Amino acid sequence: MSKMITISPVTRIEGHAKITIQLDDKNDVIDARFHVNEFRGFEKFTEGRLLWEMPGITSRICGICPASHLVTSAKAGDDILAVEIPETAEKLRRLLTLAQWLQSHALSFFHLSAPDFLLGFDSDPATRNVFGLIAADKEFTKRGIRLRKFGQEIIEILGGRRIHTPWTVPGGVREPLELAKRDQMLTWIPEARETVKLALDALKKIHKKYAKEIPEFGNFRTLLVGLVSKDGGLEYYDGFLRIKDGNDNTIADKIEPKKYFEHFGEAVEPWSYLKFPYYKPFDYPRGMYRVGPLARVNICDYIETPLAEAERKIFKSLSGNVNVVNNSFYYHYARCIEMLFAVEKIEMLLKDPAILGETIRAQASINRLEGIGCSEAPRGVLFHHYHVNKDGVIQKANLLIATAQNNLAMNRTVRQIASHFIDGKKGKITEGILNRVEAGIRCYDPCLSCSTHALGQMPLHVELLSAGGEVLDEVHR
Amino acid sequence: MSVITFTIDGEQYSAKEGDTILQVARDNKIPIPTLCYLEGLSTFGACRLCVVEIEGSQKLFPACTTKPTESMIVHTNTVKLKKYRKMIVELLASEGNHQCAVCVVNGHCELQDLAYEVELDHVRFPYLFPKKSLDATHKDFVIDRNRCVLCTRCVRVCHEVEAAHVWDIAGRGIDCEIIADLNQPWGTSPSCTSCGKCVRVCPTGALFDKGAAVGEMQKESGFIKFIVNARNKHEWVRTAHEEE
Repeated sequence: MSKMITISPVTRIEGHAKITIQLDDKNDVIDARFHVNEFRGFEKFTEGRLLWEMPGITSRICGICPASHLVTSAKAGDDILAVEIPETAEKLRRLLTLAQWLQSHALSFFHLSAPDFLLGFDSDPATRNVFGLIAADKEFTKRGIRLRKFGQEIIEILGGRRIHTPWTVPGGVREPLELAKRDQMLTWIPEARETVKLALDALKKIHKKYAKEIPEFGNFRTLLVGLVSKDGGLEYYDGFLRIKDGNDNTIADKIEPKKYFEHFGEAVEPWSYLKFPYYKPFDYPRGMYRVGPLARVNICDYIETPLAEAERKIFKSLSGNVNVVNNSFYYHYARCIEMLFAVEKIEMLLKDPAILGETIRAQASINRLEGIGCSEAPRGVLFHHYHVNKDGVIQKANLLIATAQNNLAMNRTVRQIASHFIDGKKGKITEGILNRVEAGIRCYDPCLSCSTHALGQMPLHVELLSAGGEVLDEVHR
Repeated sequence: MSVITFTIDGEQYSAKEGDTILQVARDNKIPIPTLCYLEGLSTFGACRLCVVEIEGSQKLFPACTTKPTESMIVHTNTVKLKKYRKMIVELLASEGNHQCAVCVVNGHCELQDLAYEVELDHVRFPYLFPKKSLDATHKDFVIDRNRCVLCTRCVRVCHEVEAAHVWDIAGRGIDCEIIADLNQPWGTSPSCTSCGKCVRVCPTGALFDKGAAVGEMQKESGFIKFIVNARNKHEWVRTAHEEE
């Protein structure tokens, strides 16, 4: 008989998901699905709008990573204008992208995931959030919140506002950077670097503490996809696509991001509004791949900043004999390494005299009827693909968003965690199991609506189904 | 020239013959909201935001077209007027597709300013979400009819100042819309001189420079009075008031 368990209080969020867990006749888990049951529709309603409005409109897709949509949309615009943007504009866009990484990664680690790690998966859900974390370790949490503030402050200084700045435009950026503001940003660097080191230290302790559980947190081999620089380094704004498999074989390399659609397809399932991108040569669903920090740190040959490169080598040592870290739990580790890289690289960019240049925007009219923009958003590689008419009016838009590209892997992770932790014979889901499923999804730091983000708890709906489809147990949060 | 003495909000003012209530109010820094009115252009009285109460009449009168008479008693800021002005802005919001967050004039829009002025925190009427067209065929400018409030400033400036008369209104009632020449793509208009006056006087993001991004378009409509003065009076002087 089905039974409803209510967990209260529920932290309000944007983004809705449901999980179903299917049991066989012996009450063992045979399938588990991660359903995203909301629809945004940006691809459709931007039809008929102007190219120059697209960065401003598409940045509204997400309240956490608007700068990533802004930059990627502007790059698609550059492509349609057929311009090479000024050096200063590119460096400023790079700075914005790294600030976006920093604030989003800090949010994922400190605000969303750290409560699970530091307070425990089985701790009281009423306090298993950032407020509980503040009570447990005020200084650590405060530092994390300030690290995010640093990223947000860069975005605000560059674009005039922290969220949804329309500062990046086709052809470049709108305002140059003033010297005093550059210096203001530089004062943050020492504190930010120390905070990321603290996060890395804390994470390494977590790795030891949960050594028995981690192997079941999405530990499987998939393709890994991301941008690398022209000489194979960690990349976030430009470069080529590289595809590796879980055994460190390079499946494809030096793919022009503009050719993404030749390599990746998007499948649709009736039970989720989130599409299922896959690597075309391997077909669906075998072409499952992962993007984001885990993929990026795995596939690059090196990281150009010294502290992050040293951490990358330690990260790689976790992989055993295949030289690829396949466990999704280590997304958190890769994310912290990227935060370290972001802090170091932001300092390098700020100390580059070209960042203060005043030539920042190339002007042109419509010179191509199709354009593709690509950059690495915090959660993975992001594509904006537009078709316009000769007046610059959007005829068709395709947005390939990072969270969607992890969809197959997130489903696989849910299945693995459910199979390991759910004892179907008991026909019962405990709070601890629910939280482990949630934590498995959170490894990917998904942006379910790609508009904003789970804060504290996701509104999960988990159903336990018998072989006959009967709801044995159901949990809402 | 005869002088008329009348009362606005309890204070006595003098008006020259031919002055409107709005002109006297503006000269004496009495705030009355306007939208379709623009100094230098003919008055049209379409938006009704400048309505005032006149003692002795149940009707509301547009200040931009109503001339004061001797001993007239005018009220510009009553509870009733506030209610109607707020309703007008609500109706304007509900019958167009005004998405401030992604609009080229976000932060520099007269309609948006009005919404703040009348303290519009929500719209009580159902949004109509009309299907309106966007015309980007002109090489320099765009008209997005989704954001048009039919103030006709563009029609009047093009006819009265530039003398090209590109713009007109087609349709009736809710279906009214601004058209170029014989309802053709703006880029094909033989009468348009590409002067951009219509873009500068448009109070919303309906007319804007091609290439402008969100919030990037800032307009300046004070130049109209400068041009008209220069033409009529041969005075090429900008006063501080006009530059405001």
